[in-house]
This record gives sequence, structure tokens and C-alpha cells, in this order.
Amino acid sequence: MNSWINFLVDSLAFGAVFMYGSTGEILTEKAGHLNLGIPGIMCMGGAGGCLVLNMIGGSSLPPFLIVILGILGSLAFSVLGGLIYSFLTVTFRANQNVTGLTLTTFGVGLSKVIMTKLDTVVYLVRTRDYFRWPFAGRQDSLQLWGVLFFLAIIVAIASSWVLFRTKTGLHLRAVGENPATADAVGINVTRYKYAATCIGSGIAGLGGFYYIIDYMASQEAYLSVEAWGWLSIALVIFALWRPHMTIIGSTVFGILFSLGSFITNSSWIKVTMATIPLLKMLPYVVTILVLIVSSIRNKRENQPPASLGLSYFREER
Amino acid sequence: MEKQLALQMKGITKRFGPVMANNRVNLDVYRGEILAILGENGCGKTTLMNMIAGIYYPDEGHILIDGQEVAINSPKDAFEHGIGMIHQHFKLVDLFTAAENIVLGVEEGKRYNLKEVSARVGEIAQRYGFQLDPDRKIYDMSVSEKQTVEILKVLYRGADILILDEPTAVLTPQEITKLFAVLRRMREDGKSIIIITHKLNEVMEVSDRVAILRRGEHIATVNTSETNENELTYMMVGRRVSLNIDRTMPVNAVPRLVVRGLNLYNAEGVHVLKNISFDANGGEILGIAGIAGSGQRELLEAISGLQPLESGTIQFNNPKKDRPVTFFHKSLKRVKELCAEGAFHDRNMNDVSFEGLSNGAIRKWVESGDVLFREDEVINLRDKTPLEIRQLGVHLSFVPEDRLGMGLVGNMDITDNMMLRNYRKGPHGFLDRKKPRAQAEKIIEELEVATPGVSTPVRRLSGGNVQKVLVGREIAYTPKVLMAAYPVRGLDIGSSYTIYHLLNRQKENGVAVIFVGEDLDVLLELSDRIMVINGGAITGIVDARKATKEEIGLLMTKTGAREAVNEA
Repeated sequence: MNSWINFLVDSLAFGAVFMYGSTGEILTEKAGHLNLGIPGIMCMGGAGGCLVLNMIGGSSLPPFLIVILGILGSLAFSVLGGLIYSFLTVTFRANQNVTGLTLTTFGVGLSKVIMTKLDTVVYLVRTRDYFRWPFAGRQDSLQLWGVLFFLAIIVAIASSWVLFRTKTGLHLRAVGENPATADAVGINVTRYKYAATCIGSGIAGLGGFYYIIDYMASQEAYLSVEAWGWLSIALVIFALWRPHMTIIGSTVFGILFSLGSFITNSSWIKVTMATIPLLKMLPYVVTILVLIVSSIRNKRENQPPASLGLSYFREER
Repeated sequence: MEKQLALQMKGITKRFGPVMANNRVNLDVYRGEILAILGENGCGKTTLMNMIAGIYYPDEGHILIDGQEVAINSPKDAFEHGIGMIHQHFKLVDLFTAAENIVLGVEEGKRYNLKEVSARVGEIAQRYGFQLDPDRKIYDMSVSEKQTVEILKVLYRGADILILDEPTAVLTPQEITKLFAVLRRMREDGKSIIIITHKLNEVMEVSDRVAILRRGEHIATVNTSETNENELTYMMVGRRVSLNIDRTMPVNAVPRLVVRGLNLYNAEGVHVLKNISFDANGGEILGIAGIAGSGQRELLEAISGLQPLESGTIQFNNPKKDRPVTFFHKSLKRVKELCAEGAFHDRNMNDVSFEGLSNGAIRKWVESGDVLFREDEVINLRDKTPLEIRQLGVHLSFVPEDRLGMGLVGNMDITDNMMLRNYRKGPHGFLDRKKPRAQAEKIIEELEVATPGVSTPVRRLSGGNVQKVLVGREIAYTPKVLMAAYPVRGLDIGSSYTIYHLLNRQKENGVAVIFVGEDLDVLLELSDRIMVINGGAITGIVDARKATKEEIGLLMTKTGAREAVNEA
């Protein structure tokens, strides 16, 4: 029975990576911008946070300050990525797909450059436990639920609340649905697009940071952040552009990823070596299935924002 | 009663590059009046209003509200001065409810309470006699309901100067009556209402005063009670325009296009054409009336071979009896096929057989004019592509509503656009550019297309001129059936009448003209019969000489009614 609980706890903890990524992407998409730079931005966020921790990891700062500074470092890098993206796609109206893909290439490369220069002991081993507060030091899997895990859930729910319960959210959705209308009623379209993209990027970047510093807490972790970025984008469709739905989606994805090792380790199912790759394939198969299933929904509310991917030009003669 | 000035424009000038959109325009608007702004397309009436609404900023001149000079830099500034504009193309978010759209962009404290908004909207709606459920989604609404939301949006912001840009263009007569009633109630409430329009009868019906613009200049402002339609047209166009469409009685009207039991489902699986049956007669104009999106577009596309049908037949009767066969629009292959079917005879009424003859010999024989059709040709158009239809020798012309999307290629010049119709002509795989060029020059001259030359990309022409090029090309194809969807949409009075006369001339030449229109006055004046469709089904076919606007308006909104079919 205990192994089941460990399995679920672990799946949720892993899912938080996607919660960050998808919530960030949803905010950007709600402003009408398809940000394919999210994988790169997650890498940048991860690397940025680690860089800051590497600088302060050996000092005698109080733990909560180290956590906050780490988060701020991560935010600084990923928001920078968001700024580059919005500068190109909002101000210069560059093609969003090309800009996003370029940004991903850039972000992945940048994170590799930074991460290979850092001292693992300083940024990881010495700071890891601070991020696992309040369960730090426990021996069971609950130790995986730390500050950043709870923050992911709070951010997802808060984003939904802002989007669907406040006037700011109403305005943001209007910008993504029909920017000309928003403009005509006096909403500053450019400001909303910038804000949503940068805040979304900041949130996504935390996902990369969380994965490296908390969930995996290993030297090689930064290499797989990009892959989780792409899955986060796919998860947006699964969540029907509702941030709180990413909690469910992320958990499902987390379960699928952990399932392979869970079944292999369990005593009641015999797994041969040959089936392990098949089990590892499961999440990707489900992603494809989800994309197929979600593309046949036709309720208006479940469609992507109407002006997603389109640049906005104010009507000029 | 002393009238109070609400808004004054003094010496307003606006340029777009070298184009003078407004030249020193002066305009006064009083409280509690309806002012109509009348002018042809491109005369600057919308530009002028956009400057009051904060979309553009004037290059010169002053705007005064209640005697105070103001600067209106953005739509937000305009709202703050109590000015609200209802645009011709609705600016609404489809996915939101009416209340959400209404509250969008309103900054009144930080509280966001949709229930309160709905209550207030209901209150305003009741005061002016609107009917609206604030919690309905926009995508569920009809055009007139959407317009109601737009007006409420402006009233909610407390506007007392309302600008309506062509508000009646998309409404049925009943809806227009309702709208005018609301406007009058708002006038009694002391609001200033400006309506932009080019429909004279509406100006006469609803306005107190009329301001006329021509080529960006203010010509005059007159009291509606002291003028008449002819005078207004003269001021608007600058010359006398005959407002009568010469409608002749159809001569020798025979069914040219016979449509029976047409059913069509669109890509989303919606039943867009329901059991459509009608005849289009040669030498007659068949008008099609209906609310936008009732299936007009799909019907015309189905006939021209652009939509796959579920069921039904489309039959084309080609009047050919005893006429010589030509290669003008028939391929040699088709002529041979017809000959094998025994469709031809020679001048001595003997059967024609091409057996044992070389292609050259057949060609010579046919070109001598001695091969005649035995009977009228009946051609089935169902499930044929446009190219196949053309190769069958059917002269079917289609002027689609989406001129630059389906009709013409915007980036190509007039000559190249002419060639879209006959790019297959020309010697040995090369294009023949001479004839299309001559045709382009002829159209420019005959239809008075304002263009720098034949090699100007058509997208640079104005809407009216684009339409003339398109209609000109389709008529040059010597059609037997001419289908035109909203051919005068967005055209000024002068160009509109040019198009009406062209259609009439085609009718007199024996062409079966199908005219999809939105202006019921024009439909009634131009057509011989009017077919009304609603929700993809025919709700009535009436005699245009006897029908009234109200009758057609009722048919346009009638649901599930089938008994009125073929009354005419």
C-alpha cells in the first residue's frame, strides 16, 4: 500500500514541472501569442536560478532568503526570454512560430553554457533542502513536496481566478480573442500582450528551475528540461486553456511517466527487459491520443483563443 | 425651443499621405436631434466620425464639446467626453456574454460584479425599449441583437453623443423600424445621434437634419423637412443621377437553370441548403433575398460547382436547336462525344457522322457552320468542377461576394485577372496576352474604371472599381447564366447604378441573372421575381412587381414555413 502512495506523491511532484510550463503558456496564449519558446524559456529559468544559487550557495544567508533569491534569479532569466519574444512578436510583429522556435534553440544553448560552468555541490547539494521545506529531511517520498511544488498549485489556481473572475482577466481574454475590439474600448493591447507573455514566461521558467533544483536535484537534470517544455505546450490543449485544469493534466502525465519504473519495481507484475521501452513510450502515446481527442471537440468555449498566432495591426488606411 | 449645441467641428482637415480625406469640415450637432451624414463611399464620412471617436486625430481644426475645446486622442478620451461610436463591423468578442462585452474596458473601481452589470444593462434596455438577455453569448445572437449589444455598450458608458456607422445595412425592414423607434426615444431623452448612411429613404424617415459630404468636403447641412431625395442626391454626387432602374418586362422567358431538391451540408455538418428548388429563366432577373448567412453563398457556390451536394439536381438548358456548332467554348473531344450521341444534323436534316474523318477534317466541317444542333442541349451540372462546366460549353458567370478572395487576385493587374478566365487559350502552351489586354482596356473604357492603367494591381483600386473589373470580366464571357452575390456592397450610388444597368442589359440579352442583394428597395426595383430564403430553405418566391418590403421582410424571418413556395 505504501508503494502506491509513494507512487502518487512522486507523480504529483513530477507533474508540477508541467503545471508551471502549461500555466505560463496558457497566459501567453490567452493574449493571442503562441509561444513556442517555452522550452527554451524553461531552460533559461532553470539555468538562471542555478546561477544565482551558485553565487550565494556558500554564504551564510538565512534559508528563506536563499530560496527567494533563487526564485528571483530564475524569474529574471525567463522574463528576459519573454521580453525578447514579445519585443519581436508584439512590437515588430514577427512570425510567432519562427520567433518561438529560435528562442527555444537559444534558451537551450544558453542553459548548457551556464550549467556546465557551475559547481554542482554549491548550487545543488547545499541549497536543495531549503527548497524542500516543510518536508525537508523526511525519508519518504513526501520530501519531494517543497516550496516550489506548492507554489505551482497556487500559481495555477490563482491564474485561473485572475483569468475568469477579474476584470483584468476579462480584458486579457478579450485581447486574445479579438484585439481590435479590445483596442476600440480603450484596452491597451500592447501592454496586455507584453505583460501576459512576460508573466507567463516567468511562471514557465520556474518549472525548469523546480525540476533541476528540487525534483531531480541532479547534475544532469537540465538536459531534459526542453523535452518537458514541449510536453507542457501539448498539455495546454489537454487543459482546454484553463490553468487550474493543468493540475489534473499534469498529474496524469506525471503518473504515466512514473508508471514505467513503478511497474518494473512492483513485485506482482513480471516485466521483461523488452517491455520497459514500451512503458516509457506511454506518455508520448497518450500525448498523441490527447491531441487527437481534443481536436474533435467542437464546443466554442473549448477552442483556442480566436486570434492565437495572429499579429495585431490597428486598422490604418 | 432653443436647441443646445452638443458638438462642434471647426475646420477639420485630415490627410492620409497625399489623399485629402477631410478638408476643412464644419459641423454642428445639437442635443436631442438625429443628424444624418450623407455621402458616397470614400467621401470621408467615416473618417470624420472616427476623429470624434478617437480612432484618428485631425491634422487641423478644433473639436468643441459643450463649447469647450477638447483633444480626443483615443477611444477612451471619446468615452470620457460622452461620445460613443457603433462601428459598421461590430467590435464584439464572440465568446463573451453580452454583459461581459458591455463591461469590457470600463474602469469603474476595481470591483468586478457581472450581476450588477446585468442589472444595469437591463435597466438601460428597458428605458429605451431594447430586448436583450445580458447573459447570452454573442455567437448565439442574430445581427440585430449584436447591434443592440453595441448600442447598449455605448449607453452603458454614459454616452450622450452616439455615432452609428451604416446601422441599417444588415437589418431586415422590421428590425430597422424597431431601431428607428429606439433612436427616436433616445432623441427625446436628449441624446445627440449621428447616423452615417447612404440610403436616402432612411435619411428622410428618421433624421432631423442632414449634412452632406462630397470628396471630403462639407457641401451643406439642411433640414430634412425642407428637402427631398433628388436634391440630396444632387448634392451628394455633384451631378444628376437617375434614381430609376429601367425594368423591362421579361421577353420570352424560358427556364435556363433548373434546380430541384438541393440539399447541402457544410464542412461542420450543418444542413445549410434544405430542399432548394427553383427555375432561373433566361431574360429575367431572379432576386434572392434573405438575412446574411441564410445559405445564399452556398447556393451560388453549389451551382458553380464549388460545393459537393448531398442530393438534388442542377440542370442547364442550352438553347441550341438548329444552331451551328462552334469550338468557341467546346473542345474537339466534347464535339465528338456529342456527335456520337447523335446530337447534330446538317443543313439538310441528315444525321452527322464523324466516323473515319481526321481531326483536321472534323474541325473544317464544324467551322464551315454546316453542323447544327438537333435539339436544345440539356446539361447536368451536378458534381461538375468549374473547369468541367466550362468545357461542357456552359457559359456560367459568377460574381462572388468576396471580390478579392474568390473573384480576383489582388496582387495581379487587370490584364492578368482577365486571363484567369481564359488562361487555357493561346498557341502551343504559351499564353495569349493580347486579347485579355484588349479586353481589359475595353472594360476600363466602357465601365469607366478609375485606374492608372491596365498594369495596376487590382488591390490598389477602390471597391467600386474592383467590382467593375470583376463584373466586366464575367460579362465579357458572354454568360447564359450570370450569378452575382452582393455586387453593389460597399459601392457608391453612381457605381451601384452602373452595375444595375449592366445587369439589366444582360437580362435584355436573354441572360438568366441571379442577383443576391441586401437592399430590399433595390431588389424590388430590379428583379422580376424574388426568391426569399431563410435558414437554407426557400420561404417564398414572389413577383417583385407586386410584393412589398414588409412581405419580404416577413418571409426573411419566417421559420419552418414551406406553404408559401411558388406563389408567383
